[in-house]
Amino acid sequence: MGGGTSSYREMEEADTVVLWGSNARETHPIYFHHVLKAVNRGAKLFVVDPRRTTSADWADTWLGLDVGTDIVLANAVAREILAAGLEDREFIENATSGFEEFHAHVEPYTLEHAAEVCRVAPESIRRLAHEFATARNAQLCWTLGITEHHNSVDNVLSLINLGLLTGHVGRYGSGLNPLRGQNNVQGGGDMGALPDRLVGFQHLENDELRRPFDEAWGITMPARRGWHLSGMFDAMERGELTSLYVIGENPANSESDQHRTRRLLEGLETLVVQDMILTQTAELADVVFPAAAGWVESEGTVTNSERRVQRVRRAVAPPDGVRDDLVILSDLAKRMGCDIGEPVAEAIWNEVRALSPMHRGMSYARLETGQGLQWPCYDEEHPGEQYLHGRLWMRPVLGPLAPFSVCTNRMPVDKLTEEFPIRLTTGRRLDSYNTGVQSGVYPSPLRRGETLDISPDDARAYGLVEGEPVRVTSRRGSVVAPVRIDDGLRAGLVFMTMHFPDDVAVNELTIDAVDPMSGTSEFKATAVRIEKIAVAAEALSPV
Amino acid sequence: MSDNLKAPDPLVPVPQGPVPVLPTGSRKSVEITIDGATVAVPEGATLLEAGRMQGIDTPTLCFLENLTPVNVCRICVVELEGSRTLVPACSRKVEAGMVIHTDSERVRHSRRLVLELLASSVDVSTAPQFQDYMSRYEAEPSRFGPPGPPAAAGERDSARPGHHHAPDGSTASRVAQPVKIDNELYVRDYSKCILCYKCVEACGVDAQNTFAIAVAGRGFGARIATEYDVTLPDSACVYCGNCIGVCPTGALMFKSEHDMRAAGTWDESAQSQTDTICPYCGVGCTLTVHAQHDLIVKVTSPLDQDVANGHLCIKGRFGWEWVNQDKDRD
Repeated sequence: MGGGTSSYREMEEADTVVLWGSNARETHPIYFHHVLKAVNRGAKLFVVDPRRTTSADWADTWLGLDVGTDIVLANAVAREILAAGLEDREFIENATSGFEEFHAHVEPYTLEHAAEVCRVAPESIRRLAHEFATARNAQLCWTLGITEHHNSVDNVLSLINLGLLTGHVGRYGSGLNPLRGQNNVQGGGDMGALPDRLVGFQHLENDELRRPFDEAWGITMPARRGWHLSGMFDAMERGELTSLYVIGENPANSESDQHRTRRLLEGLETLVVQDMILTQTAELADVVFPAAAGWVESEGTVTNSERRVQRVRRAVAPPDGVRDDLVILSDLAKRMGCDIGEPVAEAIWNEVRALSPMHRGMSYARLETGQGLQWPCYDEEHPGEQYLHGRLWMRPVLGPLAPFSVCTNRMPVDKLTEEFPIRLTTGRRLDSYNTGVQSGVYPSPLRRGETLDISPDDARAYGLVEGEPVRVTSRRGSVVAPVRIDDGLRAGLVFMTMHFPDDVAVNELTIDAVDPMSGTSEFKATAVRIEKIAVAAEALSPV
Repeated sequence: MSDNLKAPDPLVPVPQGPVPVLPTGSRKSVEITIDGATVAVPEGATLLEAGRMQGIDTPTLCFLENLTPVNVCRICVVELEGSRTLVPACSRKVEAGMVIHTDSERVRHSRRLVLELLASSVDVSTAPQFQDYMSRYEAEPSRFGPPGPPAAAGERDSARPGHHHAPDGSTASRVAQPVKIDNELYVRDYSKCILCYKCVEACGVDAQNTFAIAVAGRGFGARIATEYDVTLPDSACVYCGNCIGVCPTGALMFKSEHDMRAAGTWDESAQSQTDTICPYCGVGCTLTVHAQHDLIVKVTSPLDQDVANGHLCIKGRFGWEWVNQDKDRD
């Protein structure tokens, strides 16, 4: 089961909080309220992020590491914990495996070595290690700063190592928590919208787990995993994938290396898009199914970052001609010769419960009242689990031991060279969301359009002033955006969003290097060069 | 090597473990007497909570479950035997042997006066709860005389502590002034502000920790202000709207609601309220969607939810306008 191990309310009682590759203040603002409760109580907050963000403003210590050096830093934190004898020996011996190998592997990662590679003060690393290890309760959270890399799975495993080393997992108050970036990204995975999973996060390639599905649906399912999103684009490149049905996704804007993405989408024999908005992807489609807005024009459930299954309800009717996802899919099934009737959301949910043990106890009646239920929830008497992996504290441990992982850093694929000397990283701003199809409409006073955020040092070096348009070029594309000077950035690092793709197609710059296991693109590390646009600069100069 | 020394295989599900044990604080109870009834209430409860457990509806204005009590409005005061003054129920904790009167003549008189002083100086037309209290306590704000003149735009903002002219008593002084409209998301109508401090608390340590607003000035010149009275776009405001969420009088209002009220199209009797989940990040905040004729007119958040505790961010509270696009507004 993959999900955050703790509940939000446990955050409020933490003594040490580490936000690693997360600007929760802007990207998960209400989660950050829970962090602030801890901080205002006196908890130590560490923020690990190449940018000194508005989250870092609240930190006791900000570790502004170089993009793509997370594993070096994590290994150094582990080594320092071990060197200082602050590891939880009892937990390691009883609940984990692979410790000796891990111990030997991190031994060379001294504070000095990590300081040199990551460009973080050794004392900051030491403080993080000691405060994390000695905390009674510690919360380690991460977001896309960890996962939008070509080695994202290793990045995550290197953080999990820290939880295992200190016993900060599997008990009330301590945990390892990925903060989910989209309202149902947790639920999507839980429902089997992953290449190798079935509903209930059950592995497709396990015959025992697959059998109930075959029996329930009267079919024989292929026992082989499918492609993740990046794998699909590679398959299009190879000509193996020729038809694509896109539901609620805007890859024409959101995928990295946008020139390639568009070329591949345009080369499909058939592209069907089902969306609430006519996105740029939908504009490329052969067939578009206008869909109701899931969160407010439709019934169903979503699952949040603390594994809480929550009801979404229809508050308004969709516009004329716009139909519920469920209706579109069942109609389509009928046309394809499979009549599944006209199912309603609750009936589908009950089918989920029948096939997914971890959702079995979550009847609609229970979800309607209160605040939803956290999985796993095995039967209707089960209260749902506020934190996961309590089994690791049973003696003997119930089930398999938790393994340490040996992780070695691999620097970003898009190398910095003389031609492309600047590191571009991407992310979100408080008032905007992804490609802006939802967030671009309301009149936000904070919205300022796309900018190239650049350090004061680099602005000086390139002779750039605030607002001046500048050309940003990577190995894949080139865009123009106005300069915004940000003293939270240091020399050599620039930042852009992907909120305004109609104005500035930032994903023409990004690289489609993907993590082989998760299929996540390395949005966080692009090599670019910056060029002053002479004419425009003159036009801007004071008269 | 036993089975459980191998690394977990992703193909094999993790076994069902025991239900996690949560820390439980067992609270002792104390006996107090409320309105003649001797009852046991949990240690650490407030008099307000103790009263509510007995079904006693104590009025509150500056109190809210998700904020720290600031004790400024004095509407919740109750009589505590042995205490020289009335005590605020919202923050006074129970102690063994307390004898409380929540509806004595002294209490009713005090509440009446609070309501009259506020209503004589503040526009409470968009505060239905306040109006209910007025009838319950038979408040007559008009006894302070006819309403005094409104202030010009910015006049009250520029008042400095210690610089004021004593009123002649012929009219009731008012905080009336033009509405502040300086952005497209929400308006500030300080003619309706009873200075309950809730917005300051929600903007500050109780929720948002942005500290864009505070109480400025003294006495009748006191008011909610941004730093140096700058406009919201020039202030630290991040438009979470959590101040609107806690405002009890409609002084802080969605611009959508303000405009519809001005146009005479705001019709709460035709509105539905539906709880759903925010469509943006993965935190999962509950949104109460207020819809009128199938159009979203505003979004609030219920207080009794552990995820958001009644608070939202700019996207959750305001980022719904696209849903109304392409729908005929009639």
